[in-house]
Amino acid sequence: MNHCYHCDLPVPPGKSYPVEINGVQQQMCCPGCQAVAKAIVDNGLTDFYQYRTAKSRQPDEALAELLNNLTLYDQPEVQKSFVQHDSGETRQASLMLEGIVCAACVWLNERHVNALPGVKEFRINYSTRRALVKWDDAEIHLSDILKAISAIGYIAHPFDASRQEKLQKRERGRALRGLAIAGLGAMQVMMLAVAMYASDSEGMDEGLRHFMRWISLVITLPVVFYSAAPFFKSAWRDLKYRQLGMDVPVSLAIGLAFAASAWGTVTQQGEIYFDSVTMFTFFLLGGRYLEMMARHRAGQAAEELIRLLPVTATRVVGQQEQVISASELHIDDVLRVKPGETVPADGRIIEGSSAVDESLLSGESMPVSRTVGDRIIGGSINTASPLLMRVEQLGEDTVLSSIVRLLDRAQTEKPRLAQLADRLAGWFVAVILILAGIIAWYWWQHDPAHAFHITLSVLVVTCPCALSLATPAALVAATGRLTRLGLLTTRGHALETLARVNHIVFDKTGTLTEGELTLEQIIPLAQLSEEQVHALAAAVETGSEHPVAQAITAQINTSMSVTNSQSYTGRGMQATVDGHIYRLGTPEFVSELNQQPLQHQALEWSKGIIVLGDATRMLALFVLSDKLREQADSTIADLKSMKIKVSLLSGDREEIVNSIANKLAISHARAGLLPEQKLAAIQTMQQQGEIVAMVGDGVNDAPVLAASQVSIAMGSGSQIAHASADMVLLSSRLPHIVEGIRMSRRTLSIIKQNLIWALGYNLVALPLAAAGMVAPWMAAIGMSASSLIVVLNALRLTR
Amino acid sequence: MNILYLLIPIGLVILGFAVWVFIWAVRSGQYEDLEGPAYRILMDDDDPLIPGNQNKHNQSADDDKPS
Repeated sequence: MNHCYHCDLPVPPGKSYPVEINGVQQQMCCPGCQAVAKAIVDNGLTDFYQYRTAKSRQPDEALAELLNNLTLYDQPEVQKSFVQHDSGETRQASLMLEGIVCAACVWLNERHVNALPGVKEFRINYSTRRALVKWDDAEIHLSDILKAISAIGYIAHPFDASRQEKLQKRERGRALRGLAIAGLGAMQVMMLAVAMYASDSEGMDEGLRHFMRWISLVITLPVVFYSAAPFFKSAWRDLKYRQLGMDVPVSLAIGLAFAASAWGTVTQQGEIYFDSVTMFTFFLLGGRYLEMMARHRAGQAAEELIRLLPVTATRVVGQQEQVISASELHIDDVLRVKPGETVPADGRIIEGSSAVDESLLSGESMPVSRTVGDRIIGGSINTASPLLMRVEQLGEDTVLSSIVRLLDRAQTEKPRLAQLADRLAGWFVAVILILAGIIAWYWWQHDPAHAFHITLSVLVVTCPCALSLATPAALVAATGRLTRLGLLTTRGHALETLARVNHIVFDKTGTLTEGELTLEQIIPLAQLSEEQVHALAAAVETGSEHPVAQAITAQINTSMSVTNSQSYTGRGMQATVDGHIYRLGTPEFVSELNQQPLQHQALEWSKGIIVLGDATRMLALFVLSDKLREQADSTIADLKSMKIKVSLLSGDREEIVNSIANKLAISHARAGLLPEQKLAAIQTMQQQGEIVAMVGDGVNDAPVLAASQVSIAMGSGSQIAHASADMVLLSSRLPHIVEGIRMSRRTLSIIKQNLIWALGYNLVALPLAAAGMVAPWMAAIGMSASSLIVVLNALRLTR
Repeated sequence: MNILYLLIPIGLVILGFAVWVFIWAVRSGQYEDLEGPAYRILMDDDDPLIPGNQNKHNQSADDDKPS
């Protein structure tokens, strides 16, 4: 079969949408792709097709409707929230871009938009997929820029680069500066330190020695007082709240080693440890920087949830319709929601009936029918026919906002094993500090001349370097390995917890299944062939946006003339094809037309069955199903063999959930659950002492993902699911979850080895140091060596 | 070895310069996008500047002229 040159979807047989690219006629799959490819060629940007490394996304046709409303973005009231005014008519806004799949997309957008007259600057950040645009409002309007972007197949939304983003930028800058100063300082100090080490055997002029010490002190000053400041601040905060975190001994080690070295430099006697101070600071800051970057990336995804609500709404006043910005809506406004549009607020239907896709809230795969008097939820999508609704809830009161709140709460209530580790470290630190105090006091009584150096040796030798590196080093190594597999870890504790998981809970739609209906089987009932009934069914469904229609029309093209096409919400479609009336829908709906009973064993298969009939007889059955993901069954079997319980919690209908559960041999399955009920189910499991991992994909899963001890979101799932999950399965391949659990178990055993080594080393070194048998320089070497061994051991995980 | 009394302070000045350059780079946003520039350099608009391509462009321009 031919594939679309633009988006790589199959080209429907018998249709032709050619575009000439670089002198070759290329086939497209739909008018949308054809228009986009033509726009790209006409603007002289054909190089895009050479550069790109991934196929583009098919332009969304429903959005063409939305584009007509773009002029709304030019109104000053709407622009207030996201546009900055520079000098004169120059304005500046941040845009969120959808559809960016590879670097060539960035190139294409930048070239295309920068070529527009009046655009002063347009730059895309490849990592965040966000753009900054500056334009001269006298020459071009924002809506024209947005239209130009959609002409080449991408969607841009303006957004408020909120305070949070600015704060994050500042935090990032601060961390980078600290890291750079520590890194450069460490290199310089190390260079001088090597010279001084060598001088012990080679001999060095005493004056030069002092000079080098002073220089080391000068270089170390900014490292300690600028780069290491975050450690001191956090240690101070810990002490204020009467806690002992890892930052307390870290600050103490840095502070004391620096003080002792500075003292040694000024008084010209004793050892100096400037090299240890700067290296230690640099390595710790490096780890924290990586952690912070992962956190910021996760935070950005959450912000994008707000985008689910449309920015515009169509208000009906008397006989007139006006397009307004969503922020101008009031309670009791009457709105028109066209097919394909997103419902802008919570409300009640006052005219019309339609099928509404509420997968946002319920996770149900099929649209549900809603008619006059029913409530509809902001953020759900109207799939069938136009509706009039009255607004009842806005902003904070909507269901969507309540999901976000639920998510916030679940995130804060999350059980944190990391806290336990911190508390253990606190005990360790307390013990060391008390011991150091006792040792100092003892030596002060017996040999005051050596008391300070011995105490320092004790602190340096027991410096929690190896101990504090033991866990992060192993985690970083394992995380890197898993990322290459396509399992992204977004929170530090995820791996640790994953290793202990004994109950794994799956969502159904989009997780165990692909999340799209496909036509599985056609059963002809009359004397027509499969192809004939399929073509008829496709003709009846022509023009419908319903998922069932998409499944049926996906691989076929009909040339029959269709008239009087009518949709009956929740029941089916009726149309006149080549002069005959046909119905396609539920068995009851079709038998109303032909008064024929329908009996077939397929009806008991507990699957989606659609019937095609004409005025006299039943013609065919269409079996639709949501396809299982590849290797779902082997994944479940592997998990069971690892002694992990498997459950299925879904918002979907009971019979569908049960059929999937049977197929995969999952004994514990529950259907028809709302997000709150899923949350409650997980909490019950947790109260029974189980460590629960949740795998899900939808917005409705977000609170549950956040509440379970460790959560994995599918890469194909919604942004908000990514934001609330501890891990993201970018590859969307289920076996990688099993791999991830194996890896996490190995990681945990490496961490254990590391901790035992670090503790054992401390136990041996501490008495020696306390007895005054370890000189500080020996302590420093011992400390470095123990850290090195811990890191090397962790590196075994990358193989 | 007395030269070290001069060289090490010079090293210190260079270090200060390196730190200043880095801070300037962070301020001007060069660390905001670490992935993009790697691709951007490969997709420059230098096609007509490559000798072979230039001929092609000229040729096609020539083709348009009535001979």
